[in-house]
Amino acid sequence: MVVGEMVEQVDLVVVGGGPGGYTAALRAAELGIKTIMVDEQPRPGGVCLNMGCIPSKALLHAAEVIELARHARKIGLEFSDPKINVKELVAWKDDVIEKLSQGIVGMCKSAKVERLIGRANFADSRSLRVEREGESAVRVKFKHAILATGSSPTKLPMLFPNKDDMNSDLIMDSTSALKVDGVPKKLLVVGGGYIGLELGSVYAALGSEVTVVEMTDGLLPGCDRDLVRPLQNKLTTAFKNIFLDTKVKSLEVKGKSVQAQFAPPEGNKDIPTSMDFDKVLIAVGRRPNSEGVGLENTEVEIDKHGFVVIDEQCRTADKRILAIGDVSGQPMLAHRAMRQAFIAAEVLAGKQSQFDNRAIPAVVFTEPEIAWCGITETEAKEKGVKVAAARFPWSANGRAMTIADTNGSTKVIYDPESHRVLGVGMVGPRAGDLIAEAVLAMEMGACLEDLGATIHAHPTLSETLNEAALTALARIERQAVKV
Amino acid sequence: MSQDFLLPDLGEGIHEAEIIAIKVKVGQSVKEDDILFEVETDKAVVEVPSPFTGVVEAIHVKEGEVAKTGCSMITIGTGAGASSAPAKEEKAAKVSDTKTQILTPVGGASTNGGNGKAAPAPVQTQAKSQAAHHANRDIPVPAAPAVRALARELKVDLYEVRPSGPHGRVMKEDVRAYAAGALESKMGTGAAVATGSRPQPAISLHDKYGGGDEKSEKSGGSSSFSTPSMPSVPGELPDFTKHGQVERVPLRSIRKKIAQSMMKSWTTIPHVTTFDEADITALNQTLKSVEKSFAEKTGSRLTLTAIVVKAVVSALQKYPQFNSSLDDEKSEIVFKKYYNIGIAVATDKGLIVPVIHNADQKSLTQIAIELQDIANKTRAGKVELEKLQGGTFTITNIGAIGGTNMSPMINHPECAILGMARGADKPVVRNGNIEIGTILPLALSFDHRLADGAEAAYFVRHIINHLEHPLNFILEN
Repeated sequence: MVVGEMVEQVDLVVVGGGPGGYTAALRAAELGIKTIMVDEQPRPGGVCLNMGCIPSKALLHAAEVIELARHARKIGLEFSDPKINVKELVAWKDDVIEKLSQGIVGMCKSAKVERLIGRANFADSRSLRVEREGESAVRVKFKHAILATGSSPTKLPMLFPNKDDMNSDLIMDSTSALKVDGVPKKLLVVGGGYIGLELGSVYAALGSEVTVVEMTDGLLPGCDRDLVRPLQNKLTTAFKNIFLDTKVKSLEVKGKSVQAQFAPPEGNKDIPTSMDFDKVLIAVGRRPNSEGVGLENTEVEIDKHGFVVIDEQCRTADKRILAIGDVSGQPMLAHRAMRQAFIAAEVLAGKQSQFDNRAIPAVVFTEPEIAWCGITETEAKEKGVKVAAARFPWSANGRAMTIADTNGSTKVIYDPESHRVLGVGMVGPRAGDLIAEAVLAMEMGACLEDLGATIHAHPTLSETLNEAALTALARIERQAVKV
Repeated sequence: MSQDFLLPDLGEGIHEAEIIAIKVKVGQSVKEDDILFEVETDKAVVEVPSPFTGVVEAIHVKEGEVAKTGCSMITIGTGAGASSAPAKEEKAAKVSDTKTQILTPVGGASTNGGNGKAAPAPVQTQAKSQAAHHANRDIPVPAAPAVRALARELKVDLYEVRPSGPHGRVMKEDVRAYAAGALESKMGTGAAVATGSRPQPAISLHDKYGGGDEKSEKSGGSSSFSTPSMPSVPGELPDFTKHGQVERVPLRSIRKKIAQSMMKSWTTIPHVTTFDEADITALNQTLKSVEKSFAEKTGSRLTLTAIVVKAVVSALQKYPQFNSSLDDEKSEIVFKKYYNIGIAVATDKGLIVPVIHNADQKSLTQIAIELQDIANKTRAGKVELEKLQGGTFTITNIGAIGGTNMSPMINHPECAILGMARGADKPVVRNGNIEIGTILPLALSFDHRLADGAEAAYFVRHIINHLEHPLNFILEN
């Protein structure tokens, strides 16, 4: 029964229960601010936990195990082909999600953050209405709000001649793909960015024939080519096809399959203009969730890409509303949202907090992993920043050899004048874990000498960063002698 | 061969000079003692003569730049084998192009022969990363997150902090030191035009941000928000441009030095000022009566100030604590056995204090002549550097302009300063009658750590007795 509405009055309402939202709510509560967190999903954790980072990494782990077992033949260990029980795999993945989300529920309870499940809609700059399923709506009067509504996969309606096809089970986005409702024999992945490659890798490991179509001339646009190359080499064998410079013209559901029309680059006869697939995954990016939240009733400003405009203290144009995470701009990454969450909560508590971070790490959890932070060589060239780079191949690293995977490289990008580290890029197993040291180095304003003089445990993959810095320093020394 | 000429030591406490004018050109022949440069130091404009005879091969500085002592200024070919010039040039730190940059002296260049360990080239790179590094506001200052947070808290602009860490890295101590001495540190970086520093308002939820709705705030449990506590930092300024046009000028040279030494004086010396008046009716008449003949004889004017110098010396001899300095570090009082009297002179560049050395050994006539000479030279910016050093006590006279009295600030590290206001005709009571007298107001500011109020009153009285009864001068000797 729905009877009128209840009214709640709080200091702070956090809209969204993802990594940005719950972190902000917990930090605000820690600082003594009475906080309510509103989330549409009964299970907190947002896209990251329920439909993104966590489930994809669980599945990628499965893919890695399969790959390792296959790979083990090279070192004298032979396993028979794995029997893959998709149902059990999915159950395990869901269990991981459940445990993590229960953790968040527990933390909210102990921090006395009230959770409200329902869809929030701003009525004005001081209140919002939360529609709850089967219960009366709640009107939340707030002094401040932190908007953390996240993002959703970009849809491509123009590809579908029949509009209904868009909602077919055969057409997946990252959310539905992560549910792993069966393993299609032939899978088309539209988009060669990190989501497409990660999920493509999962399905390839589970047995799908994967075709990736990317409209630009390389996988992972924006990432330095030398980092992409080892991955691309590997994916060339893992995937059935990688079509670059190719556009998908249309997708049409025909019974149990989907017919795709391609527009290959001119003069290319290797890429067919039409192919049939069992399923299609659309992974062309994400859009900020700035619509349908009632922001038009507030002073919040939204840019042409749909992002809420914020300053370095996460303040929007509405003095009562702050915004964090994917809805507030690029890069749309959970760890950026979590840092912003701290800033927003602290700003509201009167602290001098500010997003002045020097580096946001980017990680692609493929096999091998790619990770980078700071400036890329591509970016330096575009902006005309004078940089130099030194590389260290993992084939010369002891640890890489002992794990029988030397398909990696670490490079350090530095200012040749001051020797300051301006960026680091890595490709290879666990690069995503290794990048942490580089991010810290950038935040600390480290120079090559710092990375060179820091003792790195031997034998570990972390030595490659130390070696890259030493390579750079040796080069600088040689040049100094010549002069 | 060629000789590199380095900016010489210009006197105590002077480490840098702004180059005002370059008097020679490349290719020009110079003789020893020919003037090469005119430079302005913290204390005065100085002409720098050539120590060599030869031909100017290269000039390494530009007008308007700030050069540090020991910095290579010019290369002069002195005849035989002029080929070694470029090599020499490299050794010396180059003067940078930007005006704001402060130059670092060439390490060990002046002691090259002696220790055998010639300073290697890195001096140059060090200078680069230490001083110039943070001039570029497009590049973030190398500082750890915790250091940046501290800077925000203390409202310190990281670009203005002089870094002490390796490769120009700003450390927590640097930020604290800057915040503690914001004024001094700002001046240290040369042009302290804080264009990029945006004052970060402390965000209090109530007044800054949310506020307005009193009712809901009361019922909403607003007490849970903490109020930010901001440490106060000296030198924090509002945005003046909001209220009208402003012009920002770098704090330089003399003005900068005055700001520094006044700050030091005000913050380190507990000042007390005692006021008194001297009836100089008779003295004034005497002065007028000898004015003409003195001028004819010496070409100078016999002024009241000259007589006060003599009276002060006499008082200093009797009350030596006013001629002392406090050595805080050693917990000692330094009594000076010489009497060097500084005279505050207003110039168009700011206040300068030339010194009459050994005033106790000079006659009134000598003092009067010297007084006029150094005052003229100082106003013209031509006073010799040694004339600006070694003062033990200062006299400042605003009488020519006006003023009924004043509270002068001590010239650190001296103990006291005597201020003279305008000697004006006033009604005075003499023997029960009101008469017209010429009254000179006097003010003595002194370091209360070194002297007490009664002593100060006696000291001023001693001076007054001499001014009112000049016979005392003779009786003393």
